[in-house]
Amino acid sequence: MQKIGILIETRAQGLKPTIYGVITAARGAEHELYGLVLNGKGAEYREDLQAYGIHKIVDIQSAEGLLSWNPDNWAKAIVQVMEQLGINILFGLTTSQTKDVFPRIAAILDAPLLLDCIGVDLKTLTAEKSQFSGKTIATFKVRGTHYLFGIRPNVIEAHPAPARAEVLSLQTQIDDEPLTVQAVKKDSAGTMDLSEAQIIIAGGRGMQNSENYKILHECADVLGAAVGASRVAVDAGWVPHSMQVGQTGTTVSPNLYIACGISGSVQHFAGMKTSGVVVAINTDPQAAMMQHCDYGVVGDLFEIVPIFTRRLKTTLNRK
Amino acid sequence: MKIYVCVKHVPDTAAKITIIGNNRIDEQVTFIINPYDENAIEAAAGLKKQVADTEIIAVTLGKAAAESTLRSALAMGADRGIFIRSDYSPDSLVTARALKATIEQDGNPDIIFTGNESIDSEGFQTMFRLGAALNVPVATNVVAFKLDGRNVTAECKMNAGGIEVIRMPMPCIVGAGKALNKPRYPTLPDIMKARKKPIRTITLDCLDLRPPAGSMEILKLRPAVEKRRSKIIAGSPEEAVRELIRLLRQEAKVI
Repeated sequence: MQKIGILIETRAQGLKPTIYGVITAARGAEHELYGLVLNGKGAEYREDLQAYGIHKIVDIQSAEGLLSWNPDNWAKAIVQVMEQLGINILFGLTTSQTKDVFPRIAAILDAPLLLDCIGVDLKTLTAEKSQFSGKTIATFKVRGTHYLFGIRPNVIEAHPAPARAEVLSLQTQIDDEPLTVQAVKKDSAGTMDLSEAQIIIAGGRGMQNSENYKILHECADVLGAAVGASRVAVDAGWVPHSMQVGQTGTTVSPNLYIACGISGSVQHFAGMKTSGVVVAINTDPQAAMMQHCDYGVVGDLFEIVPIFTRRLKTTLNRK
Repeated sequence: MKIYVCVKHVPDTAAKITIIGNNRIDEQVTFIINPYDENAIEAAAGLKKQVADTEIIAVTLGKAAAESTLRSALAMGADRGIFIRSDYSPDSLVTARALKATIEQDGNPDIIFTGNESIDSEGFQTMFRLGAALNVPVATNVVAFKLDGRNVTAECKMNAGGIEVIRMPMPCIVGAGKALNKPRYPTLPDIMKARKKPIRTITLDCLDLRPPAGSMEILKLRPAVEKRRSKIIAGSPEEAVRELIRLLRQEAKVI
């Protein structure tokens, strides 16, 4: 039986919801699934993780207790656990954290690693991922003793598959690493994680200034959405870089992406192309975003968005 | 100080990518230096201004045409280049081994700069494999850094506006993020001078690398198809919005 590890990513409120899609992607008939947890709360996640087919939840600790965030320490601890348990396949989300840890693990194990995968087939050991700014999809064959896959958040639909999970705790031996994490800070208070959002409403050049993002935030509040932006808006200083969707910002794949006043550059598409449904609101019917959306509304976003927000409030029956 | 900068020759973001056969692309398009690598060179050039007696060496692995990217690196501030020529594009495991062998043969690095990612393969991993091979620490997506003695303190961008502050001793690898700096365009004199700067060419084969335990091979490339409806909703703003909400609820079922 093949043993598959899944790095369980968490946030302040608990598990990241996008992790269920990763578990779904990793699941197969003859596999045993190990959820690897680093915040010591494995037992708390038992119900949620077993509902999606996790068989064993592993609390990974150091001799002193919890392993505080350090990408090198985490990588070494995960490798030790993989070796102890005989895990040779590792799955995770593709987030800034995974992008910092998985390549370190792959380097230690001299193993193939594919990040930002949109599909994985464990029978053939192949995976699909986008390349060239999202213009092509490559099918990779991986060979080796260990394999690592990072899944693009939200691209694989989660399906429950109940199992019974047991929780175990494993101690790892981590020596002092030359690399230390001095601090973790936020560049702007309360920014929602774009890569986790199910719905994103984003504004571009058409927003004109920082103040105008208020109308997107109002709409986002009704939809439970995150607010994003194009590079133009970030470069103009209207919004922080953490809100940028696109090649040099965050790659997102929400169920619904609403582009307001975004013309649609190659780099922007690269960051949101795999979204579920794309809505474009733009005065220019010829804008690339208009041509590559599901639903387009030609019009002034300052007129359309407030009406949209007002009608959503009534329709969705929210305050 | 010896600074190495790893750069990559990639198709321009705006280039149309045409697939040839199963798994290759038409390379008769405009190629550029990977945009993140420009930030890496800019960072190195900035350090050279601060630290006396600093040499910047740009290294690339690629086919014959990649020499032009090395010239761009020289025009942007590198002092000399090393060109690892290869007839094929190896995976990241082999690339990291080649870079390691080449840098070790050439000298003792104090800092190695790389771009945070390459815009063609989007693999996000070569710098880490290089770090493990050289046994030096790596910071990724660096948006600010400073030297203090033999240590580097780097601010690394995380999701949702998070910034992680990392400290590591030299030698180390710094993966340059887009927000690290604004690369200057080389001037004509810079470009002229770059033509005279030395490039040493070696071949991938002559490095005689130990084969990795694993590999990644592209079996197939296909265009990312657009299957969107592009349904333009007509009517007054009120009518259009009403119809949009109906479609999102009933047809797309996303709200």
